[in-house]
Amino acid sequence: MTLHPILAALRKHKAGVVLISLQIALTLAIVCNAIFIIQKRIDMVHRPTGLNEDNLFLVTQQWVGAPDGDDPAGLEKLDSMQQADLATLRNLPDVASVSPIRSLPLLRSGSVGGIGMKPLQQKSTVDANFFFGDEHMLSTLGLKLVAGRDFTAADVQHKGFRDESGPVLTIITKPIADKLFPRGDAVGKVIYFDSGSTPTTIVGVVARLQSPIDSGDSGLAWNSVMFPIRQDANFARYVLRAKPGRLVQAMNAVTPALYAANPMRVLDDRSVRSFADIRARAYRADVGMAILMSVICLILLAVTAAGIVGLTSFWVGQRRRQIGVRRALGARKVDILHYFQLENLLIAGIGAVIGILLAVGLNLWLITRFEMDRMPVIYVAVGVLAVLALGQAAVFVPARRASNVPPVVATHAA
Amino acid sequence: MLAYYLRLGLRSLRRNPVLTGLMIMAIGFGVAASMTTFAVFRAVSGNPIPWKSGQLFVPQIDGFGPSGRDPGDNGEPPDALNYQDTLALMRAHPASRQTALYPVAISVVPADASKQPFSISGYAVTTDFFGMFEMPFQYGNGWGTNEDDRRASTVVISSKLNQKVFNGANSVGRNIVLDNRDYRIVGVAKSWDPHPRYYDVVNTSGFGDAPDFFMPFSRAIDLQMDTDGNNNCNKSPEGGWDAWLQSTCVWLTVWAELPDAAAVQRYRSYLDGYAADQKRAGRYNWAPNNRLRNVMEWLDHEHVVPQETKVSLLVALGFLAVCLVNTIGLLLAKFMRRSQEIGVRRALGASRREIYTQFLAEASMVGVAGGVLGLLLTAGGVYSIGLVFEPEVAALAHVDFGLIGLTLLVAIGATVIAAFYPTWRAAQVQPAWQLKSN
Repeated sequence: MTLHPILAALRKHKAGVVLISLQIALTLAIVCNAIFIIQKRIDMVHRPTGLNEDNLFLVTQQWVGAPDGDDPAGLEKLDSMQQADLATLRNLPDVASVSPIRSLPLLRSGSVGGIGMKPLQQKSTVDANFFFGDEHMLSTLGLKLVAGRDFTAADVQHKGFRDESGPVLTIITKPIADKLFPRGDAVGKVIYFDSGSTPTTIVGVVARLQSPIDSGDSGLAWNSVMFPIRQDANFARYVLRAKPGRLVQAMNAVTPALYAANPMRVLDDRSVRSFADIRARAYRADVGMAILMSVICLILLAVTAAGIVGLTSFWVGQRRRQIGVRRALGARKVDILHYFQLENLLIAGIGAVIGILLAVGLNLWLITRFEMDRMPVIYVAVGVLAVLALGQAAVFVPARRASNVPPVVATHAA
Repeated sequence: MLAYYLRLGLRSLRRNPVLTGLMIMAIGFGVAASMTTFAVFRAVSGNPIPWKSGQLFVPQIDGFGPSGRDPGDNGEPPDALNYQDTLALMRAHPASRQTALYPVAISVVPADASKQPFSISGYAVTTDFFGMFEMPFQYGNGWGTNEDDRRASTVVISSKLNQKVFNGANSVGRNIVLDNRDYRIVGVAKSWDPHPRYYDVVNTSGFGDAPDFFMPFSRAIDLQMDTDGNNNCNKSPEGGWDAWLQSTCVWLTVWAELPDAAAVQRYRSYLDGYAADQKRAGRYNWAPNNRLRNVMEWLDHEHVVPQETKVSLLVALGFLAVCLVNTIGLLLAKFMRRSQEIGVRRALGASRREIYTQFLAEASMVGVAGGVLGLLLTAGGVYSIGLVFEPEVAALAHVDFGLIGLTLLVAIGATVIAAFYPTWRAAQVQPAWQLKSN
């Protein structure tokens, strides 16, 4: 079949052709960018934190009428209260292990500081998230040690919440180790925190530990360091690992047990949270965005398909007599079918070409305006195939109706 | 005549129910998607104090210097102040009204021993806070300069806390025990929670539960009350509370009310003079790097409108555009199919204007139907926003008369605009051609 008659016919329907191709172009541009955004979000949500997240939960509580930790006596009092809590929690039947903790990945609050290679170094070499806990921190969190050793009970100090004087020992994540010591010999080396003068010895390296505050993918997201320090303040956080399959029971047991040990504290309905809940909250906006985009994409494709069905049906209705004439002159049903399919392919092709330009343009604009990433070509390629397939699927029903026009129509008056 | 056209339109729309249904659905979905996302956008991006947003300013003083900044900060000073700079600003008071503030949390032990302690959150502020932000009172008033100077244990509580502790009675003059200390209540706020909570977007992202109480800033400092919000240090203080106050850790916000351009200018030059003095004194060894932003500039700087909201509004608008193009195509198909009818009407003396009226009337019926469908879908959309956006944000989005009106207006307006080209084409039909071909 030659294209000539199709082109000649399309010239008679410029407006319709322009409208359908424009619609296909816009659909392509929006759908590929939306799917790109969806994919980015899904990838982000599924990144592992480095923790063994099953059976993990967090307890946050506040003392009432506790001393402030600025004088030594108050500090010791706070620490003994915290130790008592840790003992209470450790004795719960469904709890496997417990550690005090300052923050957890995805919790959206935490502390950040700088690391230098020399004492009193003004501009830090690399920034990192600080995690504070005791000798049970690594095992409770389920972190993977790739070099060196874990903290021992003898390593653990306790300090006031505001006292950020230099720690003695630290365990760092692999990204920091790779940055500071590219030859892979970080264990045993000395670094300095927050432009301070106290040397801190690296005793171990863990594979991965995500930032509490940065759920994005910047440098800070995977730069974490841990200190064997129990922080004493008028509030305390504990991370607990329940025995396998006993998460709910362990979580339910915490509040009564802590109140029984010491009633002068605040525990509310958000004080005991599973890590699954922390994760869901942290990524809520990302998951929501992905759902919204997917729904809009689906409706958009449906609307575009409906538009093609509508306009093609109209053209078929308009050309019944010509179709009849062609059939009477010997065209087979399949020729008519192919005619409309090819016509649609042409229009969708024009739309796709414009759509590619629009999609790339939209992506470039989103990069400058919303700091998005460049979209890989594969998204556009798949998008083009998708709109072409959509066009063919949508045109099939009206095209088949056209192919069923009997030749006798040629003899009817218009 | 219009009624007749409407009847004609209805008849024509009923003739191709599928095509009509497609158009109505395209308009309905397009409008609903954009209106739902607009409802969220409106909830988070509104001006919380439109009559005054140009007069309330947040000063920023660079307490970190170039070495304390990330390359991504573009030379912006930190978005909070350290205690020393705050104190200097409060002492110099270069504005007609000025307050320092930071969030604090306190635990309350109920008098009834069988009840467990609970925790409340609020702000440490100065006397000007209440007037600057125009906080309404149910009972009593804010405290005066005197209480700030005396570092008094006074407190303004929310109506919610008043309800909880005093069963809603006028509690002004009575005492409340917060963290084992007595505070005298001087005022009970009417429910007041501007969205976004512009006076503290640094610590709250702008949304969330309303504060329960306000207490004098000077008293909170005396009691060594920690901030319940962010604390950023470029150098860790070694030691306790006093070392922290002396440090360059930033955790405070100052607001200044500057009624005119001259006042803004004076404030700016004060900031520059102050920063230059600090450099001379050797406290900061970098050039002054100050900012003074009003409410809307500050909200924009702090990215209070979530990126998600902007992108989804954009996607929804693009979606509406596709639906419109779709409607143009379908209307064109529909109208051109009736070339003969138009030809006959034109031949019988109908003017082009009459044809316009007839077809625009028909299109607006599609618009109305699409609007009604869009309204239903928008209502459904707004109620399911919680599935997609943060619950704090979702709680703010709601359907009101404005949104209903806007939805209908957009639906009808968009359809009529979409109908212009097909109608123009219909009006161009040459009566002679149509009559001849028969």
